[in-house]
Parts: sequence; C-alpha cells; structure tokens
Amino acid sequence: GTGQAKRSSKRGSMLWALRLRACACSQGCTKKATLKKTYILGLGFSPPAHSHNDWIGPPDKHSNLRPVIFYVSPEESPLERRLREARQEAQACDQRFWARHNRAFRQEKEEFIYSRLKAKGLKMRDETGQKATLNAEEMADFYKDFLSKNFRKHMQYNRDWYKRNFTITYLMGQVALARALRWLRWKKKNVGS
Amino acid sequence: SDSVASPFRELQQLDQEKKVIHKIRPISPVHQPLSETSIRNEVREMKSAAETEDSVTPVRAESKEDRQWKEMKLQLNDLPGILARLSKIKLTALVVSTASAGFAMAPIPFDLTCFLIASLGTGLASCAANSINQFFEVPFDSNMNRTKNRPLVRGQISPLLAVCFAASCGVPGIALLTLGVNPLTGALGAFNIFLYTCCYTPMKRMSIANTWVGAVVGAIPPVMGWTAATGSLDAGALLLGGILYSWQFPHFNALSWGLREDYSRGGYCMMSVTHPGLCRRVALRHCLALIGLSAVAPLLDITTWTFPIISLPINLYISYLGFRFYRDADRSSSRKLFFCSLWHLPLLLLVMFTCKKSFLEKEDKGDLLGESHRRAMEIRLP
Repeated sequence: GTGQAKRSSKRGSMLWALRLRACACSQGCTKKATLKKTYILGLGFSPPAHSHNDWIGPPDKHSNLRPVIFYVSPEESPLERRLREARQEAQACDQRFWARHNRAFRQEKEEFIYSRLKAKGLKMRDETGQKATLNAEEMADFYKDFLSKNFRKHMQYNRDWYKRNFTITYLMGQVALARALRWLRWKKKNVGS
Repeated sequence: SDSVASPFRELQQLDQEKKVIHKIRPISPVHQPLSETSIRNEVREMKSAAETEDSVTPVRAESKEDRQWKEMKLQLNDLPGILARLSKIKLTALVVSTASAGFAMAPIPFDLTCFLIASLGTGLASCAANSINQFFEVPFDSNMNRTKNRPLVRGQISPLLAVCFAASCGVPGIALLTLGVNPLTGALGAFNIFLYTCCYTPMKRMSIANTWVGAVVGAIPPVMGWTAATGSLDAGALLLGGILYSWQFPHFNALSWGLREDYSRGGYCMMSVTHPGLCRRVALRHCLALIGLSAVAPLLDITTWTFPIISLPINLYISYLGFRFYRDADRSSSRKLFFCSLWHLPLLLLVMFTCKKSFLEKEDKGDLLGESHRRAMEIRLP
C-alpha cells in the first residue's frame, strides 16, 4: 500500500528537493508539487547509499519513459543544481504529457472498437469468450482521426522538447567543462605542492 | 532511412499487433462513479494488463534485465556496442554499400585509395547523422516498439556524449571527404547530414512530405560515390540517385503500413496513417519508375542494353507486388512488398555492375568519332 511506498522512497523524497516554480513547458503544470510527490511514491526503489550516480528505471507503464532518480552531491555547485533541476522538470513534463496522451489513446481506442462492434451488431466478446477485435484496416480510421486531433498538441510538445533537450545538453556541457577545469586546477595545485 | 532496421524485428513487431489487441482490458464507455475499491481494482487490472503485454513482447535476455533499475554510469566495455547502436551501424553499412555502388558504376579506372577514403568518410558522416537523429527523438523512440531499446532511451549514454560522438564522427568524416576525395563529395556529405538531422527528423512530426525528403537522403550516398570517383555531378550520378530515390518509396511505404498504430500514437505524420491511398499509389508509381530508370541507363552510356533486359523481371516482380499492395491494402501485401525491396535493391545494383559499360569500349568509340572528325576537317580545309 501507500505506507510501504513512503518508507522505501524516503531517500527518494530527499533527492527530489521540490521547488515550487512554474514549469518551463506549456502544458500548464500547475500541480507540479503534488504530481512529483505521487510520482515518487510510485517508484518503489531507492538507490544504494554509497552510489554517487543517477539511477534509471524500467519504462513507466503509462508514459513508457524511464524514470531517473538524480543523485544530489553534497558539494553540488549552483551550475550543477541548475542542471539537475532542469532534468527533473523535463522529466516531470514528459511524464505528464505521455502518461496523459497514452491513456487517452487507449481509452479512445476502446471506445472506437466498442462503437464499431456495436454498429456491426456484435458484442465485445463472442461465444467462446474471446475478445472481438477489429483488424488493422478497420482501425485505420481511428488512427487517422487520433493523429489529426492531437496534431496541435504534438507541435507544442515538439517545440518544448527540442528547447528542453538543447538546454539540458548545453548545461551538461558547461558542467563537464567546469569539472574538467576544477580537476586541472586541483592537479596543478597538487603537482605544485 | 531510419526505417531500415532488422527485418526480423519488423516481422515480430508486425505479428504482435494482433496479440496486443487481445490483451487490452475493456473500459466501459459509461463512466462509473470511482470509489476507493474500484480505483484499486483498476490499478491492479492495469498492472496485470501491462504484465500480460510484457509477456507478449519477444522474450529476449534483455527483457528481464530491462525491468531492473540501473546505475547511470558509463561502462567502458559496453561502449563499442552502445556506439554501434547509436550510430545505427547496420544502416550505416547499407549506406556505405550504396555509395560503393555509385563509385563502382563511375566510368573511371578503379582507384582503391580513393574508394576506401570515400567509403570511410561516408560511413563516418552516416554515423554522425544517425546519432543526432537519436538525440532528437528520445521520448518518441521510447513510445514505439521498434525503437524503445535505443541507447539514449535506456540511459546507457548521456545526450552530451551522444552529441560529442556525432561531432567526432561528422567533422573528420566530412574533412576526409573534402580533403581526401574532393570538395564536391564533402559538400554533398555535409548537406546530407543537414538534410537528415535538421529537415527529415523534425518533419516526421510535421508533415507527410518527410517521406520525400527522406528519399532524397537515401539517394545522395550513391551520388557521393560517383562524384568521389569522377569529381563531377554527371547524368550517371543523377540516374543512380534516381534509382535509389524511387526505391525508397516501395520500401518505406510498405514498412510504414504495419506501424500505423505506433505512428498514430507517437504523433508521426506518415502517409500510411493520413493518406493511405496516396501511400499505396506512390509506392506503385515508383516501382514502375524503376523500370523506366533502368531503361535510361544504357542511353547514358552507364550500362549496356543487357541491363534493362536482365533487370526487367526483377523490376516487374516488385511492380507486381506494388500493384498487389495498391489493390489489397492489407498487412500481407505490405509485408511481401517490404521483404521484396530488401533483396531487390542489392540484386539490381549487382546486375547493374555486371552490365556496366566497359571503360575500354567507350575509349574505342571515342577514337572512332575523333577520326571521322579529323577526316571531315581535312575535307573542308582548302
């Protein structure tokens, strides 16, 4: 139940330093804090204490995206924190979009099958108890309709995704560069002494 | 072009379609009041539905590991495999072989060094383009069965590393083509990378015109092979490009017929979903175009007249399957056409090479013409 999940994800909630700031995506993520909390409780996994890396899990059942638990270093620089938060926000936005979208697809598909079978005078299950289906050609109308209905939504998401992807990759580059310079300085210091 | 994946995976994926439909739990269109117990039941149902869906997917050694949490640390001994999948190494090999075909068909004496440099440069350019394509498509790849095991989707490599890898392949690749072969080939390579990553990839989600752009992307490598050999964009280069361009349509349109559900859900604008009639018409049209293009080859002095004659049965067969796909519009005809396209292209290129007009033959012809010209001039001079 939810009690168990809470215990195991205690570290999980520590890793998700929640900041109530407006999400960069245009999906209207107003319920950001609540969304993240319920998402954490569902993960049911916490990385080992000694690990200094991020952990990636199996694909989510609704969004098909793999959740990542981000490692928060005690010596996290402001730049590194910006990167981690950008990745967390992006993950939340993507999760919300695809979970909602895939659920809508499944539901609308079922409704379509139901209505088509009804029109044909068939039931959802035949005499042997097997679920009646429509073949790919009959489903084609649904696929075409669903795609055109969601076209604008996808355009919006594409723009957001490209922006987020570039920002995160650029931040990763900055962090990598900063770390490399730090390491060089440390080496110089050690060689000097 | 990124449709060329393992044909066996395609088969499995196409077979699964029916099974997955069977496993979906019925959701009543009449909305019942949601109580605590009904929510819990729904969650349990969805969990078991997802599990049965999982059991239907091909049981590979990876699938069980897939359900575990993994540390996102780059494993150096996994890196070659990861980079191979990131660069779509099999597709790259196909691209390099079409470029080699272009090189081989060019009417010049064979230069091994130039050939190797051109092949390597083309291969590196293809790796770069494929890596950037995957970098742009992570959430979409996650949601399609065909692409959900790619390295960026699984977090085996960071996006930063993917971009660095693409740059470290693309820059030397184009440099190799520009400096080691000729600037024209380098320019074509750079243009193709741009076309694939910045035009085709975003267009897949915007308009069905992406298929035509993708066909051009597939047509450019043999043109590059030809320009690498001759240094110029002759009619022969364009003919070879034209053959590859036309081939893309029966190949991709047939493949996309079986992926309509994934395309619809993933938001991909493909003819097979939005304009199914056009999809089949275009595939048939281009099968017939292949017959015409094969007939043009001897007119451009690339092959002898044996080529259109020998290739006619091959081209007629794919056209026949194209016609069946056009008429029947079902999964079996689309699969037949797709699998035919897989052996049709290498066979056609092989036949083309064996019917290639000998370089010496052309020289003799040239001499004869030169002689008659000289004689004509002698007569004119007082």
